[in-house]
Amino acid sequence: MIRVVLPVHLRDLAHVDREVQVDVVGEPTQRSVIDALEANYPMLKGTIRDPITQRRRAFVRFFACEEDLSHDPPDAPLPEAVVTGAEPFFVVGAMAGG
Amino acid sequence: MAGVRVLVGTRKGAFVLSSDAKRENWDVAGPHFAGWEMYHLKGSPVEPERIYASQSNGWFGQLIQRSDDGGATWQPVGNQFQYEGVPGTHQWYDGTPHPWEFARVWHLEPSLTDPDTVYAGVEDAALFRSTDGGHSWQELAGLRGHGSGSSWQPGAGGMCLHTIVLDPRDPGRIVIAISAAGVFRSDDGGETWRPANRGLRSGESIPDEDAEVGHCVHHVARHAARPDVLYMQKHWDVMRSDDGAESWVEVSGNLPTDFGFAIDVHAHEPDTVYVVPIKSDSEHFPLDGQLRVYRSRVGGNEWEPLTKGLPQANCYVNVLRDAMAVDSLDDCGVYFGTTGGQVYASADSGDSWAPIVRDLPAVLSVEVQTLP
Repeated sequence: MIRVVLPVHLRDLAHVDREVQVDVVGEPTQRSVIDALEANYPMLKGTIRDPITQRRRAFVRFFACEEDLSHDPPDAPLPEAVVTGAEPFFVVGAMAGG
Repeated sequence: MAGVRVLVGTRKGAFVLSSDAKRENWDVAGPHFAGWEMYHLKGSPVEPERIYASQSNGWFGQLIQRSDDGGATWQPVGNQFQYEGVPGTHQWYDGTPHPWEFARVWHLEPSLTDPDTVYAGVEDAALFRSTDGGHSWQELAGLRGHGSGSSWQPGAGGMCLHTIVLDPRDPGRIVIAISAAGVFRSDDGGETWRPANRGLRSGESIPDEDAEVGHCVHHVARHAARPDVLYMQKHWDVMRSDDGAESWVEVSGNLPTDFGFAIDVHAHEPDTVYVVPIKSDSEHFPLDGQLRVYRSRVGGNEWEPLTKGLPQANCYVNVLRDAMAVDSLDDCGVYFGTTGGQVYASADSGDSWAPIVRDLPAVLSVEVQTLP
């Protein structure tokens, strides 16, 4: 079970609280976590990743264990603390605009 | 009892304003989708409880929302807008080739006959259609592929397809407008297209007087009873076509400035047209701080200012291209929203105005539904 913390706009869209939990198929990676998130909450499709290219949106960041994982390859394994559920995986709207 | 429902898209959410036919007392619901840019909302003419809405922002991209209960509740539908084939390039502001990239949906136009069919005008300019209530979208790629697409260039607001005009006589006839490529017309349901800009003059931005494309058309409106008559607010110039966009003549006449964005036609009088003159392309606000709608009752050229109830001092708002609409009650109502967050309504064809709301986020679009 992976814990995922969502930004406010996506919580509102998915009608969920700050943190959700998802079961991941296979090894927990950015891709498999977002896949599971989109499977549970189809309304989030296209909001974190571009729906055509599947690339992370430019102003979305992935944080975990006080590290910015945004530029890691999407199939890189997530930190062990995220895999065990000790730490959440943060989807963050980058600070930009007004 | 008959009434109206005004659908307002703003920079930070959507609002639904409702009133009975008197249009004096208003219920304000919203913000829906708080914090999101709501470029446009529009209801189905054949099933008014069905409303489509374009929701987007720079962080999380584009969503399309649909309501089947008049805007009380919403559900997200499809948001995959994939260009057909290899998208290719258009011109960038500096004239260099730039890849076609989807940015957002500017305008949603529900079919006049089928509530599940809806058109979407997008940036970078293309026309999409859904026939399953917004769940899936297919590009009508003949528009970008008709030959001039590689020469299209964005206007200051982006290269957006912002206007879709359907023909009540024939679902195959569609007129669209793109900033800054101009008007295009299809007679076969969107399969094939041709430019429809004859008579437009844009010497301030393109040197060729007879250029087929490259015109910064801001908005086009038509009266349902006379579909071949179209009115256009261009970057500069108010134009009229009497032959379904085959050709255009200028009808700016005595307007104090012919720059502007919004234009619409009275619900029952095909020759009564409304514009909101804006000072210039450098100064996007009314002349002399006076917010004035101008009305022509003779199809253009002769215009009268409508000021009663509108601020006549220190007003420096803009009225954007999709932010004016009319209802079809016996005494035609006219509505417009401003970048200052006001939505004004007139229940007497523009003779007098009153604000429905004063302090919304910047208004991007206003549409009206007339309810039985």
